[in-house]
Amino acid sequence: MNAFPEGDFYTHHFEKGARENTMILNMGPQHPSTHGVLRVILELDGEYIVRAEPVLGYLHRMHEKMAEVKSWVQFMPNMGRVDYLHPLAWNHAWVGAVEKLAEIEVPERAEYIRVITSELNRISSHLLWWGAYLLDLGAFTPIMYAFDDRERILDLMQKPTGSRLTYSSFRIGGVMNDLDDGFLKDCAELVPYLRSRLPMYKDLVTENVILRKRIEDVGHMDKDMCMRYGATGPLIRGAGVKHDTRIIEPYSVYDKFDWEVPVYKEADAMARYMVRMDEIEQSLRIVEQAVAMIPDGDFMIKKRPKPAWKAPAGEAYFASESARGKVGIHIVSDGSKTPYRVKLRAPGFSNLNVFAECSKGTMLADAVAILGSLDMVIPEIDR
Amino acid sequence: MSQIPVELVKILIALVAVAAFVGLNGLVLVYLERKVAGHIQRRPGPFEVGPHGLLQPLADAVKLIGKQLFTPKNADGFLFWLAPILSFMPVLLLFLPLPFGPKLTGMNLNLGLLLILAFSGLNVLATCLAGWGSNNKYGILGAARAVSQSVAYEIPLLLSVLAIAFQTGSLNLSEVVAGQGSWPWQWNFMVQPLAFIIFFVSALGETNRAPFDLAEAESELTAGFHTEYSGMGFGMFFLAEYANMIVVCSVAVALFLGGWNGPFFDGAWWFLAKVYVLLLVMIWLRWTFPRVRFDQLLNLNWKWLMPLALLNLLITAFVTKLS
Amino acid sequence: MTAIKKIWDNVSGLWSLVVGLKITGKAFMDKQVTLHYPRETVSDSQLEGFRGPLELVGKPKVPASPKCIACMMCVSACPSGCISITKAKAPKPTEAELQAMKEAEERGEKVVKPKAPKEPTKFMYDFSLCSLCGSCVENCAVGAIRFSDNVYFASTDRNAFKMDLLYRLEVKGQRQEQAKAESAPQEPEKSTKEG
Ligand code: SF4
Ligand code: SF4
Repeated sequence: MNAFPEGDFYTHHFEKGARENTMILNMGPQHPSTHGVLRVILELDGEYIVRAEPVLGYLHRMHEKMAEVKSWVQFMPNMGRVDYLHPLAWNHAWVGAVEKLAEIEVPERAEYIRVITSELNRISSHLLWWGAYLLDLGAFTPIMYAFDDRERILDLMQKPTGSRLTYSSFRIGGVMNDLDDGFLKDCAELVPYLRSRLPMYKDLVTENVILRKRIEDVGHMDKDMCMRYGATGPLIRGAGVKHDTRIIEPYSVYDKFDWEVPVYKEADAMARYMVRMDEIEQSLRIVEQAVAMIPDGDFMIKKRPKPAWKAPAGEAYFASESARGKVGIHIVSDGSKTPYRVKLRAPGFSNLNVFAECSKGTMLADAVAILGSLDMVIPEIDR
Repeated sequence: MSQIPVELVKILIALVAVAAFVGLNGLVLVYLERKVAGHIQRRPGPFEVGPHGLLQPLADAVKLIGKQLFTPKNADGFLFWLAPILSFMPVLLLFLPLPFGPKLTGMNLNLGLLLILAFSGLNVLATCLAGWGSNNKYGILGAARAVSQSVAYEIPLLLSVLAIAFQTGSLNLSEVVAGQGSWPWQWNFMVQPLAFIIFFVSALGETNRAPFDLAEAESELTAGFHTEYSGMGFGMFFLAEYANMIVVCSVAVALFLGGWNGPFFDGAWWFLAKVYVLLLVMIWLRWTFPRVRFDQLLNLNWKWLMPLALLNLLITAFVTKLS
Repeated sequence: MTAIKKIWDNVSGLWSLVVGLKITGKAFMDKQVTLHYPRETVSDSQLEGFRGPLELVGKPKVPASPKCIACMMCVSACPSGCISITKAKAPKPTEAELQAMKEAEERGEKVVKPKAPKEPTKFMYDFSLCSLCGSCVENCAVGAIRFSDNVYFASTDRNAFKMDLLYRLEVKGQRQEQAKAESAPQEPEKSTKEG
């Protein structure tokens, strides 16, 4: 008899359904490949996974509740911290929702600035994912190359946004800073440079036979499964559905550019990998065009909302496409200084739920490969 | 008290020398690995301790020695601490029959090759005990992987070594080396390229080096069999891993790459230089490739290396018989 | 046929390994991309837009005294409540002045009570709470605060992040004066550039 019963509520609950001769393994919350503090309880039969169950909440920061005590303008920095890898998509969803509610017309230049910074941000997010995923698969070097390139993007992004990670540079009615000519020039130079790096990524990793064998035919999430769980982003595009919020529910000025939504049919980890790699290219295309087309004008509406600004009563919903999928923000206002209720729809949350079903019967190493291919950002999942 | 046997004294001296050699090379290798990794990743690697970070491995060693030796609750204390010792001790023996130079051999054995192959098997036992004794689920998984991996990879390793033994008709490493000339085209790997490749790949598998480092796959098993070890417990495993790398590379050099033979000046420096080249290749591989999956690892072994090694052996036997 | 194709796939896969080795080998030879921090630091152009802890802007003529008019806009704008400002109080009238005022009042004249000067007596800022969002800077009507370019600010003490900005401004102002006095026209003080 053990004086200290092992495990907590979740393991006890999980143990009930265990088969004989299996092992219950807690992967996380401190585990190198759960990227932060995700915890997955696994039932293992040897190396094979019988069942899996993600346990969430280790990084819950009650952003939704926080919104109820902060004014409309003051909530902005929170949006930079929900998903720290692609915060500008969240920025976009928040300002978009508030602008929709208050019926604010945003100057066109501001929209272009939003698109340029957000797409650069998407690339940096994908690069980081790429490196971290390869780290999960046991290759240590790619992340350093990815960081080299990502660092260049961050250097550039720092100039107009003032930060390198948790951007909160969008404002209700525009953006914080204008892009100067120097930025546009640097940006136009950065795009070909990044493009020239992509073949290296392809040769070093994408074509590598070990990698292909590791992630091809692993973690099938077909269209049906994605839809049942509400998975979006590269997951559903990897399952052959052309679903991208930038196309389905067009917002901002995305409809002005010539770009494609990469779609792969295989629905495995490789398909999701390829979707992301192609998205880097597409984002580069968007940035290139946006930099060339950016109109002159204001970057902020004339009457910028003051901290005590009151939004009209009502409801609004706005969705944007982050690197991980569809970000949705639903706000309810009673016309006071603070929102009445804010609901944040995190793509990572829905995406993660696919994992339990998808990892059944795979090997432990595959589970890591699947988990990595979901591109999770734990703060976003827990919010 | 009659005479002290000369042979025993010789062996003792050799053992001490080997221990010093292993320790020194361990330090050099740690430094080399980190430096190469750094440069591959376009960063300087260790730089702060000593000129160009030369003293970094020493600082690390001091840190490891200074740390508390912690035995986890419910662990089997005896097995838990036996494992690191068991992993390190046989390694010293492995160095004895290695022919570093024409005269520089710890113990010139007729069955030197056999001794190496036999004692290198002990390492698996240590890994197994470490995983089992530490009462950790990751440890057990790592140990299970290590055992099946090492057992599997020992076979092609043996087969490829046998091919050379058939060809030269000897299991004495010194003789095998002496049978090769000083120029690269006179070395065995020109005759047996397939055996060399098989040997090298299996050696990677035997020594748990990336891309076959499944027993300690950190993204899956946190640290595999040595998850629970702290301080010198971990240090011993670490040192044993590097020592094992040196052994397999030395064997490869002796068998395939002409040992201490080399253009112009035969001698131990050629041997060391070649060993280090092979070690560098091992490090290079580690910092380039992703890790393979467990079933793929075994598939590679049983479906490719085994049949190829067998085929190679058959052909060698056939040709040897004919000539 | 498929068996042959499979075998060919595997063999051609081996080539991809060589390609990978070539790439890392090339990177090994390449220049390093990192900086050796204490010996090298990032260039100024890379610090453009960087946000360090807040600092007060001095008056153009008197750099040691703040531009701030203590309007409290930044305090109310800050989402994290990191700024606390104490307004200057009206100077206490002396006995004689009080007497004079009373008399004036009795005489029915309009009394001008001394007004509080529009300046803060205390400007405390807690960097450990600050999310560097920029609301305060944007909402300051007179441009009295800005982000510093202090990249290397670090401490092991929690209290070091609670900063008295007025004091810092004073010290900085004095230092500038000194620097100006010492090397008058040679180089413009770097930290005076607008943030
Ligand atoms: S930057 Fe933001 S958080 Fe920091 S003091 Fe200003 S308003 Fe407050
Ligand atoms: S810093 Fe600016 S906003 Fe804050 S109190 Fe002073 S003048 Fe007002």
